[in-house]
Amino acid sequence: MYNKGTIIPGLIIFVGLMLFAVLWDGGEKVEAPKPEKPVGYKECVKPLQYMKESHMELLNVWRDEVIREGKREPIEVGGVMYEKSLQNGCMHCHTSKKKFCDTCHEYASVYPYCWDCHVAPQEDVALKEAR
Amino acid sequence: MDSSRRKFLKIAGISAVAGIGAPSALNMLMKNEVRASSEGGGHGAQTDAHGGEGAHAAAPVGKRYGMVIDAVKFHDTPGLAEKCIEACHSYFNVPNFGNKKDEIKWIWQMPFTNAFPGDESHYKKDERTHAMQFMLLCNHCDNPPCVRACPTKATFKNADGIVMMDFHRCIGCRFCMAACPYGARSFNWRDPRGSKDGVPFIKKINPEFPTRMRGVVEKCSFCDLRVKRGLQPLCVEATGDTKAMVFGDLNDPNSEVSQVLKARFTIQRKPSLGTMPSVFYII
Repeated sequence: MYNKGTIIPGLIIFVGLMLFAVLWDGGEKVEAPKPEKPVGYKECVKPLQYMKESHMELLNVWRDEVIREGKREPIEVGGVMYEKSLQNGCMHCHTSKKKFCDTCHEYASVYPYCWDCHVAPQEDVALKEAR
Repeated sequence: MDSSRRKFLKIAGISAVAGIGAPSALNMLMKNEVRASSEGGGHGAQTDAHGGEGAHAAAPVGKRYGMVIDAVKFHDTPGLAEKCIEACHSYFNVPNFGNKKDEIKWIWQMPFTNAFPGDESHYKKDERTHAMQFMLLCNHCDNPPCVRACPTKATFKNADGIVMMDFHRCIGCRFCMAACPYGARSFNWRDPRGSKDGVPFIKKINPEFPTRMRGVVEKCSFCDLRVKRGLQPLCVEATGDTKAMVFGDLNDPNSEVSQVLKARFTIQRKPSLGTMPSVFYII
């Protein structure tokens, strides 16, 4: 092998650099986010697993139904009526954007633009209601 | 083979003409056939599909919401117009940028010359009409040019004849603003949530309705969300018992609007453009 003296140390340095990021944070356990669930409610509009995975799809379906098809009637789940609305529906129970939406979104590093237009409930008001 | 240059060019020319001409001739024949067959039966379905796009004729069936505005009552009741504007703009989080150029308006006032350009006479000037201010809003046309102009279908006509905006979908190209002959659409040049000199553009954000973001067009929605719940639009509600604004289904001959339209002489804004506006004025 030619240039053994440079190639082998070079490879070692390269592999070391590549693995550095993995090794540096490797052992640490990252806590899964714990979004605060609303008090006094046992279930959401859909099963929990569906909500975890596909709430964004549901929001899109609601949006199209409400705006385009004019189907604004609230939906009934387990005897409770829910408004098909992010602002007036979801956030009616999930009273804190910070403690619910943001916990997972920040963990997953997704930044949806819902709140560029939609108005999040006031945090202090929500806190007061929760108490 | 005694192929001369002359012969080659002849053949090349003929095949070129045949190559270009044949497909279009074939197409023409095909089209004629389709037209002939569709006249027999399937044409009705086609026109229906077009009607659904909200581009052509007036909706003969279903609901078609409209409004009659009594300009005289507004003229005689000072402060009423402001009350209507406030009711609308405060609910829908309409920002006030404090600058006429960036103005966002869902419902606003204009004198006769601006509201009905071309309708005034050179010879006889009706002092009273020219002193009046007219309440203007989106006309919710039956043939809305904004809907045709919108490249993303962010604006569309819903089943009740209301021209709706889907703010999620608006890319801010402003084609609709150019298409609208009534100036009923406004563009958010700035972030409506911002402020200038410590004064927020939206005085008090209504938590029931979203704001808009920068780069989105907005306009009156005929209070679609209230109408669906059987309520009157906010401006109509604000006029109270004065009956300065009457809202209802134009297709229902027994509705209050239809009755008023039958009994009174009304004018529309720029009817000659063929947009078929749904807002009528008593002057």
